Amino acid sequence: MTDRTMQNLLQGKAIGRTEIEDMVVVPLFAVIMALLLGALTMLATNIDLSTIGRSYIALLDGSVGSLNAISETLTAAAPLILAGLGLALGFRAGLFNIGAEGQIVVGGLAAVVTGFSFAALPSFVLLPMSLFAGAVAGALYASIAGWLRAATGAHEVISTIMLNLISFRLLDYMLSLPFVQKEGRADPISKSVPDAAELPRLLSAVDPNLRVHAGVFVVMIMVVVVYWLLFRSKLGFEFRASGENPKAARFAGIHSGVIIVAAMAVAGALAGLAGANQVLGVLGRATPGFSAGIGFDAIAVALLGRSHPVGVVFAGLLFGALEAGGRQMQVDAGVSIDLIGIIQALIIVFIAAPLLVRAIFPWGFRHKKGGA
Amino acid sequence: MFTSSFKMLTASFVTVLITTSAASAFTACQVTDTGGIDDNSFNQTAWKGVQDAIADFGIDGRFLESQAETDYEANLNSLIDGDCDVIITVGFLLGDATKTAAEANPDQKFSIVDFAYDPPLTNVLGQVYATDEAAFLAGYLAAGMTETGILGVFGGINIPPVTIFMDGFSYGADYYNTQKGTLVSVIGWDTQTREGLFTNNFESLDDGRAFAQNLFDEGADIILPVAGPVGLGSAALADEVGADQLKIIGVDADLYATDPEKGHVYLTSITKRMDATVRQVIEMAMNDQFEGGLIVGALENGGVDLAPFHDLDSAVPASLKAELLAIRAGIVDGTIDVSP
Repeated sequence: MTDRTMQNLLQGKAIGRTEIEDMVVVPLFAVIMALLLGALTMLATNIDLSTIGRSYIALLDGSVGSLNAISETLTAAAPLILAGLGLALGFRAGLFNIGAEGQIVVGGLAAVVTGFSFAALPSFVLLPMSLFAGAVAGALYASIAGWLRAATGAHEVISTIMLNLISFRLLDYMLSLPFVQKEGRADPISKSVPDAAELPRLLSAVDPNLRVHAGVFVVMIMVVVVYWLLFRSKLGFEFRASGENPKAARFAGIHSGVIIVAAMAVAGALAGLAGANQVLGVLGRATPGFSAGIGFDAIAVALLGRSHPVGVVFAGLLFGALEAGGRQMQVDAGVSIDLIGIIQALIIVFIAAPLLVRAIFPWGFRHKKGGA
Repeated sequence: MFTSSFKMLTASFVTVLITTSAASAFTACQVTDTGGIDDNSFNQTAWKGVQDAIADFGIDGRFLESQAETDYEANLNSLIDGDCDVIITVGFLLGDATKTAAEANPDQKFSIVDFAYDPPLTNVLGQVYATDEAAFLAGYLAAGMTETGILGVFGGINIPPVTIFMDGFSYGADYYNTQKGTLVSVIGWDTQTREGLFTNNFESLDDGRAFAQNLFDEGADIILPVAGPVGLGSAALADEVGADQLKIIGVDADLYATDPEKGHVYLTSITKRMDATVRQVIEMAMNDQFEGGLIVGALENGGVDLAPFHDLDSAVPASLKAELLAIRAGIVDGTIDVSP
């Protein structure tokens, strides 16, 4: 076992049959089971079969059925993938970071403040600067939890949850400061960022309603960066080694404290970018609750993606599609948006219990001979 | 002038075409804010207007719930694709998103609850309410009913459609004080500094409970939560401590009817008849009387009102009821100023 693990670590990734089953077949069946159970849930709430059929067609139509649908799927997927990449990296390093939501809040806030504070700068300076500010703020905020873990042993699950709560109140407070608050408004809402700080919409020439924006390029770059970092760099090796076996990693001369803080910082930077992506690409300003639970959905995305950058991309696209398609389900079939939440939750249940999926679909997996 | 009548001609021509080709010619669509369609107050009342129109005019209706502010624009976009004759957006917070969508789609009719554009947009009809008139009555009533001499109020977000309730309520209590020489105080909102207690959301029932608990601990025995479903949490607290200790005043809908389990804790509700104005907007759009601007709900036209006292009717003295009737008449004819 340890031999194989070490080998995998050294080679970056060696994908065998078991890994394919784990990374592709389990998530696939999980999604199928979730959709089936979702249909049963609808049946149980007295929705007739034709409506259920229509709602799943609407789900497909609203996620990939038109240019607008694809644009919406990508818009919804972008922040999920960014934050999911960070969480995946944390999982690889053995850190269960629940704090992406708070890191998104802090990152988004920093990006907005940078955006409107330096409004005079040209776009090619201001936009990267705002994105960078978001990443740095997220990184710093996450490294608090990393430092607490490394220095005092405080578990990151607890500290990141607490930091989430602090970030929500911090946001409420910051948004009502005169320097941040929009002129002429008494409610917590920030000034709008200038056009120069916005992630430009890519398809507004085709139709001004298409929301997909340049954030998708940020996502693509980050997928490559995280892949390289995780599987091709020394730091990534140290992350993975610490995650697989912290003790062995320490004996091998890896400074676990430094690794924990570094892994949290990188994860926080990615979540901060997700926040910046939302405020600079979608909203153009910050409001209470702009993070919208993306940080929590991203945990699911990272798990579904099996903590692999490529897996995270597909999982993020799936969740983005569910969100965009869920909207269409409401429009076409009048089915509640809450159902999408149920389907997402069911996917997580099945992902988290691969043995359950194996038990339900025995023919989908190679039968193991002998012991496990 | 000519162009607008030409547009109307085209519009009616198109309507005729559609009526002959489709079974249900007219579709009204609604976008909720983050409170959701089943919030027992704000969004639900507006949706009832669409349902009334469905029942009365045989139209189609559909709604889209927003789960976050990032959904507003997307929800509006998906309705613009979905052939809605009129799109009704519910709430001040959708103001900017509705404006953007209306400007990008000048041929689409929009109507927004709780928002007035200055200058008005030609394809958006705003529905606003003189809520302070009814809240003034509620403040007077509460001041007459309190035993501790302290009234509590808190809001969802510090935005005009929320604070107008708090203003009217405070001024109503002040008016009682000047009439009777009492010293009833309202905590949770300062009409001068424009600051007070806000949950900063329209969702959390826990916040509703916690805020009511704080006000109750400060001595308030009647509380007005102006935060949509958040107030249901306050009602749960009142239910536990007993309606003799703590009473709640509902907002938007008559919460005695929409929250029957806790009905006995509601002294009254400040109703904002969004259902009536929404239905009216749909009717106007169907009859080609739609144009951008404002419709205002007030005490005079029943757009806002005070709900019956229901279970607590016997607890309200007859003299207080008579005074309320007199004040209502005073507000309608303008002799009483609800925002001094």
